[in-house]
Amino acid sequence: MKHIFELSVPGRIGVDAGGVSAGADALLDERFRRQSDSRLPEVSELDVMRHYIRLSQLNFSVDTHFYPLGSCTMKYNPKVNEAMSALPGFADTHPLMAYIGEEHVQGCLELIYNLSSMLAEITGMKDVTTQPYAGAHGELTGILLMAAYHKSRGNKKKFVIVPDEAHGTNPASAAMGGYTVISIPVDKEGGMDVDLFREKMNDEVAGVMLTLPNTLGLFHRRICDIVEIARKHDAILYNDGANLNAILGKVRPGDIGFDIVHMNLHKTFSTPHGGGGPGAGVVAVSEKLVDFLPSPSVVKTPQGLYKIDFNHDKSIGPMASFFGNFGVLVRAAVYIMMLGREGLIDVSEKAVLNANYIRVKLKEYYDLPIDRTCMHECVFSARRQVQKNGVHAIDIAKALIERGFHPPTIYFPLVVDEAIMIEPTETESKETIDGFIEAMIEIAKLSETDPERIKNAPNNTPVSRPDETRAARELKLTCNL
Amino acid sequence: MARFTPHTDRDVRQMLDDIGVESVDKLFTDIPKNLRPESFDLPAGKSENETVSIFNDLARRNRTDLVSFLGGGYYDHFIPAAVDTVSSRSEFFTAYTPYQPEASQGTLRAIFEYQTMIAGIAGLDYANASLYDGGTALYEAIAMAVRTNNRKKVIVDAGVNPLFKRIIRTYVINIDVDIIEVDLKEIYTDTDRLEAHLDENTAALVVQNPNFFGIVNDFGELFEKAHTSGIVNILVFYPISLGIIKTPGEMKADIAVGEGQSLGMPLSFGGPYLGLMAVEKKFVRKMPGRIVGETVDRDGRQSFVLTLQAREQHIRREKATSNICSNQALCALRAVVYLSLMGKEGFRNTALLCLERAEYMKAQLKKIKGVRVMDGQTFNEFTAVLPLPAGDFVDRMFAGGFAAGLPASVFYKDKDSHLIIGVTEKRSIKEIDDYAAAARKVLS
Amino acid sequence: MDTSVLEGYFYTKEHEWVKIEGKKAKIGISDYAQHKLGDITFVDPPEKGKKVKQFDFLTGIESVKAASDIFTPLSGTISAFNEALDQAPELVNKSCYTEGWIAEIEVDDPGETKNLMDAAAYKKFTAGLE
Repeated sequence: MKHIFELSVPGRIGVDAGGVSAGADALLDERFRRQSDSRLPEVSELDVMRHYIRLSQLNFSVDTHFYPLGSCTMKYNPKVNEAMSALPGFADTHPLMAYIGEEHVQGCLELIYNLSSMLAEITGMKDVTTQPYAGAHGELTGILLMAAYHKSRGNKKKFVIVPDEAHGTNPASAAMGGYTVISIPVDKEGGMDVDLFREKMNDEVAGVMLTLPNTLGLFHRRICDIVEIARKHDAILYNDGANLNAILGKVRPGDIGFDIVHMNLHKTFSTPHGGGGPGAGVVAVSEKLVDFLPSPSVVKTPQGLYKIDFNHDKSIGPMASFFGNFGVLVRAAVYIMMLGREGLIDVSEKAVLNANYIRVKLKEYYDLPIDRTCMHECVFSARRQVQKNGVHAIDIAKALIERGFHPPTIYFPLVVDEAIMIEPTETESKETIDGFIEAMIEIAKLSETDPERIKNAPNNTPVSRPDETRAARELKLTCNL
Repeated sequence: MARFTPHTDRDVRQMLDDIGVESVDKLFTDIPKNLRPESFDLPAGKSENETVSIFNDLARRNRTDLVSFLGGGYYDHFIPAAVDTVSSRSEFFTAYTPYQPEASQGTLRAIFEYQTMIAGIAGLDYANASLYDGGTALYEAIAMAVRTNNRKKVIVDAGVNPLFKRIIRTYVINIDVDIIEVDLKEIYTDTDRLEAHLDENTAALVVQNPNFFGIVNDFGELFEKAHTSGIVNILVFYPISLGIIKTPGEMKADIAVGEGQSLGMPLSFGGPYLGLMAVEKKFVRKMPGRIVGETVDRDGRQSFVLTLQAREQHIRREKATSNICSNQALCALRAVVYLSLMGKEGFRNTALLCLERAEYMKAQLKKIKGVRVMDGQTFNEFTAVLPLPAGDFVDRMFAGGFAAGLPASVFYKDKDSHLIIGVTEKRSIKEIDDYAAAARKVLS
Repeated sequence: MDTSVLEGYFYTKEHEWVKIEGKKAKIGISDYAQHKLGDITFVDPPEKGKKVKQFDFLTGIESVKAASDIFTPLSGTISAFNEALDQAPELVNKSCYTEGWIAEIEVDDPGETKNLMDAAAYKKFTAGLE
């Protein structure tokens, strides 16, 4: 297949940008002018359409394939979300209008205000910032809030505790925020080892970052002990809310005792992943961190007017240019309003039901390192297939692609050897899940009878397995022009 | 009430039987009873129909009738219809990050082309797969510089977008990096003063072109001097301007970052936008975020993968280059489609039209008594000094149907009467004439 | 895992090796390390002329599945980088003790080898890791 540049024909035009007056370039002093070629293609609109629509057809997506990608919550993205975010009143509004004439953008401000209130209620927290653009950005926001809190109390803190099973972004965010990371291993039950945690805890620990339910899909049974231990040392409790989908309406981070939780709106609240973004990583905090939230915030006056407020002496300052990925906020607000209280509870119940159904149906065929009721996802290991036939998790993933399923997350969490992490989400029907289970069983059987077939998969995709070593050694990051 | 769970009662019964529990509630027994929610006080669910009417009402409470001359780094540019058509393809917008290359060649190829185009317009060697937005991209560039030369001092021109500067200050509150801001000479970037701040302890020099007040510069000489002290040169650019203006590459910038909103993204009240980053060759392995590379598959066919992933958080955890774990893939897709449709000629013409319309606006304003248009080369945004506070002027212009510009005092407290006016190719000659007429009335 | 350990080299717990040749010493990573890292894709050229203390960070190395830091086994001044690795990082996999050396330093104090393991000790050390 050709690149768009290879379709280029000198003189061909896609979109007419408009008539430029002769001599317009004289309006720019020669010494400021671009001399080099922009290296852009010259193609027609039809060329562009065919090229990119054909590219789209090389992808798997939620709208075309079942996507049980653990920890990513690839649920269906309702189309009304898209329609609402594209309304001209939202899509065409300049963000600086909030700075120069807030009375003209009341709709946008009210939406942010209402969404924040709903998310505070969902998480049992006091207040919310919509600024963070993604989960990892929310984590960094949380770490900086932690730092501001300790600074205000004159605490000298150096460390952040992160269990081994956490998302890799947790330690990366803690380090980026200026802290040294202490890792704690998981125990036999699949949660952070509470005794080791107690041992490592000290007054220099700024915070503890926990994913709940954790990346093994398990709810930590001793969560109350963890909260108590952290409190004794004035450490902030951070909840990575990537897995919030499992507990909507069942338990709230704020009620547990967490001080910070970030939510991935592109996971729990059905906004599309877009092939890797944009997302939104909204952060909610407890009472003691409210003063430090990023500025500006959206407030409501007694007269019912929505305004932006910069008067936060203690604020860490802005994390984003404006209010975050507003278009994503609109989608999430639509989703929450539409589902409402009962609908959101139904989400977590069906998500957990689907995951447990898969867990039970597949455990005869794949090792299940922690065999207990799971939440929204279950983590298998391919070590039986590796030992018996040399078939690895990645081979199983590729064989699933061949069968029309996007693979689960593999090799994560790191604490499980040859991990296969399956999160079906609540939007999938029993029939779809049964089809997936059948495929997984067929692959397990084939791994014994014809392992080579699995190791060579996939054979029906636009490309077979790419050589990743070559890509990293001989860096080729742009098209030949 | 709308629901997206397809389970019938019979499905639920069968699944529970297979799991071996009698009720769904039994699946939640790991959650201690005393932790069950004290409240979950949300509105009742609604049908799609009811929901649409609520959001239509909300959207209507934003004014869409204003003719906008508001910029400040975010602009009302034309977006060809085909951009929406491509980006609303389900196969693109409901896909995940392309970790499984066999199932994601579409996204990977589109991003590979995007990287090529961003490098091309910036006149540099490489670009990454995009970052969150312009402001956060600038922080990532600074972090790269600090990683490269292990220095702590960063010199930032006051003419860099104030929104970006604020973000940087937030990011460094708990780490050892000093941000030193160098004052403008009224609205002009003061290269002499910047130069005086450069020394062997400086990690990076950050300037913006055009600066926040619209002034165009050539930083070539300044960058050359900075290089002799081992300083990393970071240029904040405005992609549309590069249709005609000297590129970061031509000025010998090491890292170029910018807000990519103008490349086909609606303004959408602040996001999603697109963080652009392009670098000179030797910085490529220090570049944060995702990068798509070309390779071959087992059958020797050209294929694309996410590469250099070993540096990132999944593997390096606390030692990763950055904590960034996503890119604005869908926005990058919009940008690549936008740039393909524009092509060489459209890209240049769009820039020329912006320049031409802005100059026309300047000429009209100069005719109004009491208005002083600031001198100096500009592109599509410029500064005018008014005989009254710019905020008051903007307020009165709303009544006439105009978003008249950005009062500089929003960000620069000492510049009360300075108004920053942005003009894009979308503004017609008639709209500009009408603006001038309305302004004359307000100022008379 | 069966990996080779060469006599005449000293080793660190982080799996670097050093071989002293007069006033200079070559540094690389052990066979055990290259096995663990897998296909090496890039070795970052260290800064020539930089002074480093024993066990300080020397440079970075990347493979498809990992990116790691390399620490210097001895104190000294960095005098050379194996430029061949620029084009052929796979030399670290193919020949980690000879052609795949990474950096050369001018040694401050050869006596620091007392803090390192010899071949026999390192062999025992890696066996214990399995």
